Amino acid sequence: MALSASNLNVGDTYTECLVEDLKRTQIVQYAGASGDYNPLHTDEIFTVEVAKYPSVFAHGMLTMGMTGRMLTNYVGDGRLTKYGVRFTSQVWPGDTLNSTATVESVEDGIVNLKVETTNQDGSMVLSGYAVAKVD
Amino acid sequence: MAVEKFPVEGSHIMMFARSVGDDNQIYYDEDHAKGTEPGKVIAPPTFAQSSAQFDPNYFLRPKVGEDWFGSGGSPTGVKRESSSGGSGGGGGGLHAEQHFEYHRHISPGDVLTATVKPGKSWEKEGKRSGKLMFSETITKYRDQSGELVITARGVGVRTERPVDA
Repeated sequence: MALSASNLNVGDTYTECLVEDLKRTQIVQYAGASGDYNPLHTDEIFTVEVAKYPSVFAHGMLTMGMTGRMLTNYVGDGRLTKYGVRFTSQVWPGDTLNSTATVESVEDGIVNLKVETTNQDGSMVLSGYAVAKVD
Repeated sequence: MAVEKFPVEGSHIMMFARSVGDDNQIYYDEDHAKGTEPGKVIAPPTFAQSSAQFDPNYFLRPKVGEDWFGSGGSPTGVKRESSSGGSGGGGGGLHAEQHFEYHRHISPGDVLTATVKPGKSWEKEGKRSGKLMFSETITKYRDQSGELVITARGVGVRTERPVDA
């Protein structure tokens, strides 16, 4: 269901848990679907021994994709007109992510949202914005 | 990534939706989708990124007859002097930002093209990883009629050393 402008107020928030205890298998799933097979995301041996990271880590686009699910659940199917993010911290296997959209403005049938995704320590892993059509 | 032909297919949308943990049936079930506002299956918001599957030269996909830098019998399959760890591990840097503008939502049956042009580039001193080198690319996705459907802007970053966890 799409949002109705008359029911929206600046400062309203919508929150979803995106994932609990992120599994390496989900990162593999995302690699396969998106076509980004960078071993930094799926190959623990390469990532630890060659690239010198503590473990594999999620594609930024996996976090953006999961955050996009929160957004479409909130604004409705086919309502987004813009969606953009900065990846502010890496997301690791085992992370639990929560994502919140906050209404920044509503006018002329358009809602502007601030978008933030944080991990279990409260660190922001993604920050951005979305724009959607509302009724 | 420049792509000459990106056919948008229902099974690809389904697999993509699964991978981001999205069970919204508009991505899975044509009959369900008929009853939704768009009236048909559409792609999730970040699906256009999977155009990488249709870029014949995409460098983050293993290719027949070519070395792959991930592990095999040894930690990397690349037959060269091991690097000192710079550039974020040889994977072409990390993704710093991604922006999409949807002119319309894409559906199975669409056949897209993607054209890419470089945007700005800049440098910054990072606290956790030394010098950061940013570069922007703008990708325009057009449909089978030549109509612009999605404009994407990505920012990549290369670091002097791996980002501290």
